[in-house]
Amino acid sequence: MAAIEPMEQFLIHKVVNLPPIPVPGLGAVDLSITNSVLFMLIAAGLLSAFFFAAARRELVPGRLQAVAEMLYGMVDNVLTGGIIGDRGRPFLPIVFTLFLLIAILNLLGLTPGGFTVTSQLAITGTLAVLTFVIVLAVGFARNGLGFFKLFWPAGMHPAMSAFLMVIELISFLIRPFTLALRLFGNMLGGHVVVYIFAAFVVNLALFGLNGFGLNTLGLLGSGLSFAMVLALTALDLVIAIIQAFVWAALTCVYLNEVVNLDHGH
Amino acid sequence: MDATAAKYIGAGLAMTGLIGSGAGLGILFGNYLQAAIRNPAAAAGERTYLFLGMALAETMGLFGFVMGLLILFSK
Repeated sequence: MAAIEPMEQFLIHKVVNLPPIPVPGLGAVDLSITNSVLFMLIAAGLLSAFFFAAARRELVPGRLQAVAEMLYGMVDNVLTGGIIGDRGRPFLPIVFTLFLLIAILNLLGLTPGGFTVTSQLAITGTLAVLTFVIVLAVGFARNGLGFFKLFWPAGMHPAMSAFLMVIELISFLIRPFTLALRLFGNMLGGHVVVYIFAAFVVNLALFGLNGFGLNTLGLLGSGLSFAMVLALTALDLVIAIIQAFVWAALTCVYLNEVVNLDHGH
Repeated sequence: MDATAAKYIGAGLAMTGLIGSGAGLGILFGNYLQAAIRNPAAAAGERTYLFLGMALAETMGLFGFVMGLLILFSK
C-alpha cells in the first residue's frame, strides 16, 4: 500500500535559500524563495511575457493580440461595464489583473508537479484584504462620510433600519473572509479529492495484482478511479476559471455599491 | 467517549453544512436552466448573476468546512 498523504502537496518548502534580512520592527525576516513564491514568479512572468508579446497595437490583430483583446473585452463588457456601468472604466485594470492573476495561479496548480499558490489561506487572505481595502478607499474617496449610507436601508421605519444596519454591517465586514475562504476552499478541496482518487488508482491496482478471485475486482476499481481522476481534473479546470471570474465579479459588485451609492444602478 | 474520537465525529458533523450548499446550488442551476430554456435570448445576460449566486451559495458550505478544519486542527 502506498501511503496516502493528501495534504503533503500543500506543504511549503524552500527552493532557494537566502540569508535572513533584518527588518526594523520585525527582527530577522526569512525571505527565501519557496515553491509558493516560485510559482507566483512564474505566473507573473507568464502574464508579463504574454502581454508584452500581445500588445503590438496593430490595426489588424494577430493571434496573440486577438486573445488579449478578447480577454480585455470580456472583462470590460461583462464585469466592469455590465455590473458597474460607465463609471466602472477606471477599475478595469485592477479587476482585469485580479482575474488573470487568480486564473493563472489556479491553472498552474493543475500542471503536473505544480504548486497551487491559491490553496494557501495566507495568499487568498492577502488578496481579499487588498480587494476589501480598495473598496473601502474608493467608497470614502467618492462619497466621504456619505459612505455610511451604504449600511442604512432607506424607506422603512427607523427602528427597522437600525436593526437591519447591524446585519448589513456584519455582512459587509465578513466579505474579505468569504472571498478568501471561497477560493482557498475550492482549490484545497479540488486538489485533495483528485489526490485521493489518484491514490485509489495505485492502491487498488496493487491489491488487484496480489492474487486472483476477489482481488481482481481491485483492477476494475482502479480503472474506474482513473476515469474519475480524469473527470475531476476536467472539473477543476472549469472551477479554476470560474473561481477567478467569481472573484472579479464580486469585486465589481462591491465596487458598484460604493461607486453608484446615490444612483442605485 | 475518547476526546479524539469526538473531535473526528464533530468535524464530520460540521460537513453536514454542505447539504444546504448543495441543495442551494441545485436550485440555482436548475432554475437558471429552466429560465434559459424558456427564454434563451436573456440567458447570456444573467450568467454573471448565476455565478454570483453560486459564489454566495458556496460560501455557506465553506463556513461548515471551516468549522470542520477548526475542530480538527485547533489545539
